Amino acid sequence: MTATPHPHDYPDVALRAEALESLLLEKGLIDPKVVDGLIARYQNDVGPMNGAKVVAKAWTDPEYKARLMANGTEAIKEFGFTGPQGEHIEVIENTPDVHNVVVCTLCSCYPWPVLGLPPSWYKDPAYRARIVREPRKVLSEMGLDLAEDVAIKVWDSSSEVRYFVLPERPANTEGLDEEQLAAIVTRDAMVGVAKVSGP
Amino acid sequence: MDGIHDMGGTQGWGTVTIPRDEPVFAEPWEAKAFAFGALSARLSGGNLDAMRHAIDRQHPYDYVVDGYYGRWLGCVETQLISSGVLAPGAVEARARTLRGETVAEPADPSPNKPDYTPTAGGSLRTVDTAPRFAVGDSVCAKTLANDGHTRLPRYVRGHVGTVTAIQPAQVLPDTHAHFIAENAQHVYAVAFQSSNLWGDGAEQFTLTIDLYDDYIDPA
Repeated sequence: MTATPHPHDYPDVALRAEALESLLLEKGLIDPKVVDGLIARYQNDVGPMNGAKVVAKAWTDPEYKARLMANGTEAIKEFGFTGPQGEHIEVIENTPDVHNVVVCTLCSCYPWPVLGLPPSWYKDPAYRARIVREPRKVLSEMGLDLAEDVAIKVWDSSSEVRYFVLPERPANTEGLDEEQLAAIVTRDAMVGVAKVSGP
Repeated sequence: MDGIHDMGGTQGWGTVTIPRDEPVFAEPWEAKAFAFGALSARLSGGNLDAMRHAIDRQHPYDYVVDGYYGRWLGCVETQLISSGVLAPGAVEARARTLRGETVAEPADPSPNKPDYTPTAGGSLRTVDTAPRFAVGDSVCAKTLANDGHTRLPRYVRGHVGTVTAIQPAQVLPDTHAHFIAENAQHVYAVAFQSSNLWGDGAEQFTLTIDLYDDYIDPA
């Protein structure tokens, strides 16, 4: 444990990041191309659009959905979505009677291959602290009011298992194809703090 | 360790709101902190659990003030200092130099990477023994007096829940983070009724958490 907090004139995080980079470059420990590649990958290529494709396929293809519920990791891999924080992904399904919501109280574990890096609210102490204690109230603050008879299940990602929520398909979407459905699936619905609204 | 990171159930943080149209990285330095964090286990000879423990060890005040990617930055520094890649104070000194102060930068330390080789990549392992518990068994989360890393949060300790699934076996973070041993073992999804955790006046819900075999006793 660091014995004392940083003093008031301690260099700020942006400057410390620059300092760390300069030290690592000087020692030849990092390759700028690797650093830029990692950043670009998680800024552009890995994000909730991946999870949305999985959800849209599960909504339209019952055989895929069965594979996804039986072995999330393998079914997600069919899309080529793999990588860190995706060693074992378990899919939990929201229904009219059961609402699932995911948290990591100890840090901010999140299923990167399908959702990318976590949004700020997921890492916020308020979310991490309170969703395991008063989820109905927290969800309501976040804009999701659940009926009293809906059972709430909260999943705390404490091991290397990552939880991914399969949201309910909204009504009046029968005419939409897989691609159109993927376009309406949101990140927040795949964590369980929102529902998917129709087009 | 019972640090600031163990936030489950703590109170006073205020409301949760979802910012709209949030970028992946709010500032360019956050992107750099992310990349260095992603590379940190390789640079320090560590592993994911050691990285998490390095985050948990940030001073509680800095943990909150520095924010998520600030903690990543801090944990990279902590890991690189532990493994003798950077000297204590090296990042601060360089940062002060960058902002125009005249400071002496510390000499390079002797390498001190952990003498520890995992048996495989990742955290999942195969375990030959049968699971100690079955789906439906009542188990009690242990109480712990642990100064090191653990993934058993305070809010479930001492409480009784029900095993709902047997998860893939995994290395035990408590020993893996400290380069002692993998202690690969069974992991169980354990469901707790909210009233067991927070009392009769609590909202009604089920809390499921994955608990390593070492974390639980028969109830």
